Amino acid sequence: MISPDAKLAANIFDKPALASTREGFGKGVVEAGTADERVVVLTADLAESTQAHHFQKAFPDRFVQCGVAEQNMATVAAGMALYGKIPFFTSYATFSPGRNWEQIRTTIGINNVPAIVCGMHAGVSVGPDGATHQALEDMALMRAIPHFTVISACDSEEGRKATIAAAKLGSPVYMRWGRDKTPVMTTAETPFEIGKANVLWKSDKPAVAIFATGHLVYQALLAARQLEGENISVTVTNVHTVKPLDRETILREARAAGAVVTVEEHQIAGGFGSAIAELLAQECPLPVEFIGVHDKFGQSGEPTELVEHYGMGTSHIVAAVKKVISRKN
Amino acid sequence: MVPLTDEEVRELSTKANAIRQTIVEMLTAAGSGHTAGPLGMADIFTALYFNVLKHDPKNPDWAERDRLILSNGHIVPVRYAAMAHAGYFPVEECLTLRKFGSRLQGHPERDMLPGMETTSGPLGSGLSQSSGYAYAARMDLIREPSASNGAGGKRSGDFRVYCVMSDGEHEEGNTWEAILFAGKYRLANLVGIMDRNNIQIDGDTENIMPLEPLRDKYEAFNWHVIEVDGHNIPQFIAACDEAKAIREKPTLILAHTIPGKGIREIEGDYRWHGNPPGKGPTDKIPADKQAEVFLNELRATNQRQ
Repeated sequence: MISPDAKLAANIFDKPALASTREGFGKGVVEAGTADERVVVLTADLAESTQAHHFQKAFPDRFVQCGVAEQNMATVAAGMALYGKIPFFTSYATFSPGRNWEQIRTTIGINNVPAIVCGMHAGVSVGPDGATHQALEDMALMRAIPHFTVISACDSEEGRKATIAAAKLGSPVYMRWGRDKTPVMTTAETPFEIGKANVLWKSDKPAVAIFATGHLVYQALLAARQLEGENISVTVTNVHTVKPLDRETILREARAAGAVVTVEEHQIAGGFGSAIAELLAQECPLPVEFIGVHDKFGQSGEPTELVEHYGMGTSHIVAAVKKVISRKN
Repeated sequence: MVPLTDEEVRELSTKANAIRQTIVEMLTAAGSGHTAGPLGMADIFTALYFNVLKHDPKNPDWAERDRLILSNGHIVPVRYAAMAHAGYFPVEECLTLRKFGSRLQGHPERDMLPGMETTSGPLGSGLSQSSGYAYAARMDLIREPSASNGAGGKRSGDFRVYCVMSDGEHEEGNTWEAILFAGKYRLANLVGIMDRNNIQIDGDTENIMPLEPLRDKYEAFNWHVIEVDGHNIPQFIAACDEAKAIREKPTLILAHTIPGKGIREIEGDYRWHGNPPGKGPTDKIPADKQAEVFLNELRATNQRQ
């Protein structure tokens, strides 16, 4: 059942409100900018599709258009952070942190300054643009850089809160965002703290702990509900902070269930599931199944059909749960 | 600007020579590192730390200080030596260069050494950082139009940003992105200083990847360009002063320098780009004599001054 502590929206399985996670960024960054005049926003010729245009409208003097030059944008942001600003810089994740990764590593990571990399259009759910624009490697790239916090919000509302929190963190952050409109599960009352995972679906005697990040958290909840109907109990934990992991919550849920399924819209190699597996391998080795993209690039299509094609839909999560149960003992 | 007296020029030349000796000593002790670039930039770093920059070695975080961003981090021995001679830390600490546990990393790290404005080494990203820094500082200047912030202090952002770059890093796309950006936003509080020494690791720049006409290129990108002899300290200082009078554009000081300057046998020789004394080409000076010959030559120059 849905955990009452999560304070989710009432109608999420009926008629959920739909919004893209990037819309949450657009709202959150205006709120962050209202609260702190050090907040500035940069973009590389993608003001509207990164939702940075809301900030541009609210604070034109604190919005910086960099043109199609992501390496320059990252390093300009680093310079602004060195001065004392709190820059959010926005593009598609394949370009930033894809194209400008070394600049981010050196001038933000090693420098250890509070610049926030906002990678939009992550995952195959970008849809028709095709493989070149569907970032599936960004979390692997960014969680490998010391000093960085990595956040992948599950919905628009959580993205809004995460943006406000990132502005206050005082250290480098990578934030991953999706293009497609997806269900809004969380509410203003849902707890959010960077580094604290939230159990959204709980069971008394779970057989499997599902850890999910990003908008696929919703597919994990759908899977949990379907499995409940088949008398298979699971828990679903929303791990919005991919780095640093909430070790306490993850280990508690994993130990209680004895088997794990991870869910992400990203390459399995180096991504969120890998991060969970690294922790479990050291602290409590147990069977793990990974939902994500298995060493492939995406392609053009509609978001839903692509998520299904690459094995990340509800039915795939249900199958992974059953498979990992069969691997127990 | 009040012109320098002959005595002041002599003092700066003597200081530059002392900094060159420290560079040779620290590179010899390190057993690795770059020699030609640091020696070639010793006059400019002397001018910066002992005349141009508004700074306080005892208060490296002073909010009103001018910012010196070193983009080509591999020539950092000249900056370490100049900082030590200026009083940021003891000159003896220079001998820890590149050693385990040292604050003087092979390529500079901001959070290890007070007064080091940024981390650098990978080429091509210093001018963008300097541009972002200058842009952010100007935002605060525009926001606080009065001469004082009301608390009796100066306006935040009221300083200049200097960015030292190599010529070789003008082969990096990131550098040209920054030149476009600074030109578009008319960052008049930004001064680029290019060490035009014509060498890079694999040879002469005009053979590896021709860069000329550099002056025309910068001017086409809406920069003000001043060409100087990078070993003429008064001329360099005058260029920094001229840049303060340019209110609508960023300024590039295109400084023509001789790599390895001060050591006759290695001047202009690209093979000394990436080797320390003791490990350089041996056709002129045997390896085990290199440090000694270099230091003797610099001491002799000092006596002539």
